[in-house]
Amino acid sequence: MADKTCELFDCGHRACGGCGAALAARLMLKAAGTNSIVVSSTGCMEVFSTPYPETAWKVPWIHSLFENASAVASGIESSLKKQGRKEKVIVIAGDGATFDIGMLCISGAFERGHDITYICYDNEAYMNTGIQRSGATPYDASTTTSPAGSQSFGNKRPKKDMPRILAAHGAPYVATASIAYPNDLIQKIEKAVNTVGPTYVQIHAPCCTGWGFEGDQTMAIAKLAIETGLWVNYEMVDGTVTKVKKVVRKPVEEYLKTQKRFRHLFKPKRQDAELAAIQAIADKNAEKFGIDIKLKKE
Amino acid sequence: MLEITEGSMAVADAVRLCRPQVVAAYPITPQTHIVEALAEMVANGKLDADYITVESEFSALSACLGASAAGSRTYSATTSQGLALMFEVCFNVAGMRLPIIMTIANRALGAPLSIWNDQQDSISLRDSGWLQFYAEDNQEATDLHYIAYRVAENPAVQLPAFVCFDGFILSHTYEPVDMLSQADADRYLPKYAPTERLDAADPISFGMYATPEYYLEFRYETDKALKEAKSAIHAAGKEFGEMFGRDYSAMVEGYQLEDAETVIVAMGSICGTVKDTIDELRKEGKKVGLLKIRVFRPFPSEDLAKALKGAKHVAVLDKNISLGAKGAVALEVKDALYGSGIPVYDYIIGLGGRDVQKKDIREVVALAEKGKGDQFIGLRKEVL
Repeated sequence: MADKTCELFDCGHRACGGCGAALAARLMLKAAGTNSIVVSSTGCMEVFSTPYPETAWKVPWIHSLFENASAVASGIESSLKKQGRKEKVIVIAGDGATFDIGMLCISGAFERGHDITYICYDNEAYMNTGIQRSGATPYDASTTTSPAGSQSFGNKRPKKDMPRILAAHGAPYVATASIAYPNDLIQKIEKAVNTVGPTYVQIHAPCCTGWGFEGDQTMAIAKLAIETGLWVNYEMVDGTVTKVKKVVRKPVEEYLKTQKRFRHLFKPKRQDAELAAIQAIADKNAEKFGIDIKLKKE
Repeated sequence: MLEITEGSMAVADAVRLCRPQVVAAYPITPQTHIVEALAEMVANGKLDADYITVESEFSALSACLGASAAGSRTYSATTSQGLALMFEVCFNVAGMRLPIIMTIANRALGAPLSIWNDQQDSISLRDSGWLQFYAEDNQEATDLHYIAYRVAENPAVQLPAFVCFDGFILSHTYEPVDMLSQADADRYLPKYAPTERLDAADPISFGMYATPEYYLEFRYETDKALKEAKSAIHAAGKEFGEMFGRDYSAMVEGYQLEDAETVIVAMGSICGTVKDTIDELRKEGKKVGLLKIRVFRPFPSEDLAKALKGAKHVAVLDKNISLGAKGAVALEVKDALYGSGIPVYDYIIGLGGRDVQKKDIREVVALAEKGKGDQFIGLRKEVL
């Protein structure tokens, strides 16, 4: 069992107040414990946690490049195996590093079956460079490279289904989690770390700066993503969905209206067709994963 | 023991004797025979290493980076496009001061695609912080691997190194090579004992980001370590000579240099052809010599200036070109001789596997004596 009182991600780092990713790192280390080696990709977390000569990491930590964290982790795991060492190798990388630029390296590492845990903190855009769209950016989100305008409602594509792609590599354990449900998140990371082979956990980590909300709303917004069905928390063991977080679903508008990145759907004019399209994404998620709790009729 | 063997096999055998614990590699011509041979050694229990069959050269060096940071002696081999794909990782490995050794079977870079030899690939990484050794023959290619590990892992150096040998010309050529015994190799190259590594018992952070207050100092220290590696190279090469009879203490090596008026400066297998041509020219009464550069990074400017002191003409053979300027070796030689008044002429030669023959070397000597240079040798004017 994880020691939930341990703090291996130190205070004093440079993340924004209300940063979902910083919380993900802190929870991740509670689950993984001291016998871990962490590999970070380039990105917000790497920058806010390690401005030389300071580091927030109380476990051994390495950053090399944006796109090679899983290849670096492969080498570390291989080296530990040769030395007879038993540390757990954990990658933590943003969605840009995971869904886009690091795709080749992740695919290689998972196909080769290295005993590593890959954690993606998914804040749904390139936040470190100033909020550009990634393969994880949701439909209609306005970013600096998918701006809403007179001819555009923002990002034109839905999120890439990264968990399923990695499950298709034969990963024995794949899960999604949210910082809004810390106990569930810790349990999933514990499970991932203790499963032999390449495992993947994708954590929904709202970004107050990039999404446009006050830092004290991070948890509430993360929770709304789950409650509207736009983010589904589930587990896959050997490619089969084994556990899903069920909810009494709320309309997607309740989530969308909390963030500036979706403001163009409400102002200056309400965009009913677009809101319906996003509601359809949530409905499809609900059907695919069976997340709806059916309330008994009075 | 003297064996007649293919260059790639000899290099693979030397690598085996260096006992790398992690090998990560990706196939690319003309390097592939080396990593095939290593895979076979692992499969047959002759090499106790973890062999990672990565999905790209980029990941090959990235995996080596991780393995080295975790405390293992690591090895990879590549060439040309593969090395170009590693560009970003190369700078990273040197900046993180990880003593990875990589064999480069030198090959041209596209476009146009060419699998044949020149030295554009490794030369293009000259600013990356890796030591660069160049071999004239397969004996030297094998011996330089032991020396490269010794120097790279020296706590005063802690930098990665390329051991470069010409693709096909050496990698696919059978030559007699004197291989060390495992006991001798172990005596020369002790077990890798890193001063820092990723270790849960002693957590440290590798690869942090540096603000403008620190970045300049990191670069200064890496440059200083690379320059100061000269004494480590000298010592490691000398010790190798004392133990096995082949001395590599010098970073530049002269041939018929004492009274030479025209001196050719070259790197790699072309030196053999140059030596043969010099033997002929000497019989004809021409005072021609060779200065072979064995170590291109750190660049042995002082040794080179000393060796070329008596020259009237210096003719540099460049199997590379910094497009829009000159060959990279000539630029270094000019810098080393600046102020001496000795004229330095540059000749771009043998690119993309164009055969270099004695007649080409004769042409170079004739041009240099006439004070003509900074040109390509052997251009086929009919296809221009």
